[in-house]
Amino acid sequence: MRPFTTHTGIAAPLDLANVDTDMIIPKQFLKSIKRTGFGKNLFDELRYEDEGQPDQECTGRPLRKDFVLNQDRYQGTSVLLARSNFGCGSSREHAPWALDDFGIRSVIAPSFADIFYNNCFKNGLLPIVLKEEEVDQLFEEVEANEGYELTVDLENQTVKTPSGTEFSFQVDAFRKHCLLNGLDDIGLTLQQADAIHAYEEKRIQTAPWLFEARAL
Amino acid sequence: MAKTLYDKLWDSHLVQQRDDGSALIYIDLQLLHEVTSPQAFEGLRLHGRKPWRLTSSLATPDHNVPTTVEERKSGVNGIADPVSKIQVTTLDDNCDEFGITEFKMTDIRQGIVHVVGPEQGATIPGMTVVCGDSHTSTHGAFGALAHGIGTSEVEHVLATQCLVQKKMRNMLVRVDGELSPYVTAKDVVLAIIGEIGTAGGTGYAIEFGGSAIASLSMEGRMTVCNMAIEAGARVGLIAVDQTTIDYVKDRPYAPKGAHWDMAVEAWKDLVSDKDAEFDEVVVLNGADIKPQVTWGTSPEMVIAIDQDIPRPEDQADAVTRDGYARAWKYMGLEGKKTLADITLDRVFIGSCTNSRIEDLRAAAEVVKGRKVADTLTQAIVVPGSGLVKEQAEKEGLDKIFTEAGLEWREPGCSMCLAMNADKLGHGEHCASTSNRNFEGRQGFGGRTHLVSPAMAAAAAIAGHFVDVNELVKH
Ligand code: SF4
Repeated sequence: MRPFTTHTGIAAPLDLANVDTDMIIPKQFLKSIKRTGFGKNLFDELRYEDEGQPDQECTGRPLRKDFVLNQDRYQGTSVLLARSNFGCGSSREHAPWALDDFGIRSVIAPSFADIFYNNCFKNGLLPIVLKEEEVDQLFEEVEANEGYELTVDLENQTVKTPSGTEFSFQVDAFRKHCLLNGLDDIGLTLQQADAIHAYEEKRIQTAPWLFEARAL
Repeated sequence: MAKTLYDKLWDSHLVQQRDDGSALIYIDLQLLHEVTSPQAFEGLRLHGRKPWRLTSSLATPDHNVPTTVEERKSGVNGIADPVSKIQVTTLDDNCDEFGITEFKMTDIRQGIVHVVGPEQGATIPGMTVVCGDSHTSTHGAFGALAHGIGTSEVEHVLATQCLVQKKMRNMLVRVDGELSPYVTAKDVVLAIIGEIGTAGGTGYAIEFGGSAIASLSMEGRMTVCNMAIEAGARVGLIAVDQTTIDYVKDRPYAPKGAHWDMAVEAWKDLVSDKDAEFDEVVVLNGADIKPQVTWGTSPEMVIAIDQDIPRPEDQADAVTRDGYARAWKYMGLEGKKTLADITLDRVFIGSCTNSRIEDLRAAAEVVKGRKVADTLTQAIVVPGSGLVKEQAEKEGLDKIFTEAGLEWREPGCSMCLAMNADKLGHGEHCASTSNRNFEGRQGFGGRTHLVSPAMAAAAAIAGHFVDVNELVKH
């Protein structure tokens, strides 16, 4: 996995609560068996006027002018500002894949849905929870200032605005460690193979029915 | 110390607790389907890894399989959409390559993963169950710790039999009292979501309790736990009782003989201790719940059938007002006052929320001897599995549906998320027994209203929403 340490980039405000995973990447694009190539269909229904099809070339499709990421001033956005309960709905990891493929490195919101939040960390994407009023302030500032950039610092757990204001955020120590170092979760867990075997040996004594070869 | 059911399940699956609060949790069962697994198998191959324990996985294609008899005749080769076909073929190939049991498209046991697992007795009390699908919460109805995971975690569980998790907080949602006629598990869970909101359960494992929950059948309990995720909770749970045990007994994958007796003894402990403490408790009175219908684009935008549709301008909170205004526009509600004012275009009875035999019986009972309104473009019934379909046909439900003018389809997710040909047209309103009414969920520009099977059936007959109690009176 690509490590995340610090990142500075253009921020864009997506002023909508409860953005669900169907909005982030509609289902017709989930038919892919790959992890890449979802960026052009990120927010497909919010972004384009027409209905997108898998494998379709998107450059000529009519854009919705009012959608934030279509506006000139937000081209090259890599930090997405969002409202509460971002990423609710399905478990599709295609949602963080699409954000990543589009170029988003961090999403800042007052709250996230659990599964989406978790999926971000597996893909080098940093979801940041800030207080409601802090997010409000960022929304106001970004809308008022063209070219507004935010600096996200994972090591120090801060978000810095162009005027130098810093907001700190919480992140789980294990997730932070993995993300900073771009560590492969599975490799780490496999280092604990002995503990897993030991658990299995104990469990099979007390709940043997869970270990039956239950194939039909 | 007194423990909740969730605490007990967590403790019995703890492989390793780490100082930073994260833990390794052992996974007993992983269900796999075609949409969220290809990249996980690819990851295994890339790293030269093998599944840790083959007997812990069960696969079946469901999201993208076609549901017409014609397309289903020749299995995977019959899938008209080439992209869907690749995905289903990929699942078949991966399961064959790695040696994972799969119910392929032509197998009568094929169906929606969350219908198939319990039906086969693969899901049993006291387990941990995961699947690359958020509605894995369904399996919590069995007193199992079950939740949806992303594809990286699917790969993680395949390779290590474990997940890295942090313990959630405990919430109890208690529904006391007796439910009125035609008020079903679906109405109960929609009412709960209306009460606590779509983020109300975020970070919690919700245990559903109280006499109204205990009175539900296993099918009903699965409907309730299925939608825990729509309240933001990855995990929904219901304590084990005799209803649970009776349902599991003698199913193909369920423990047998001496193991069965041992298991039943152990399962008796799968209840929250009397004085267990919950971080949050919500109480509803079952007798107050009326048939529910969603009017907007989030499951929390739900009202009882006899209520007026709430208007954006009446909302005090600015974010709610904006959200309501957006939903009003998307749903085309201008000039509408009540749910009955909405003319329906399609009706969908199916999905992992409501496609089990009991759901089909409830819908059939309502449409029996009646005719679908001719203003409807389509009304379809999609059983949750091949075995549900077979059972329904044995009972003659298929005839009741087709005589009333509903289509009887082959099992799969179908119009719940419209990855196959079953979908809504732009602007069309659908009474749907599924679980999500998000924008575009059932088709680009489609407008979904979530309801119970009985309410969907009543809506099919009337052509608009009505209280099923009123309809059956006539
Ligand atoms: S029926 Fe719908 S909600 Fe259930 S697994 Fe299939 S797509 Fe998901």
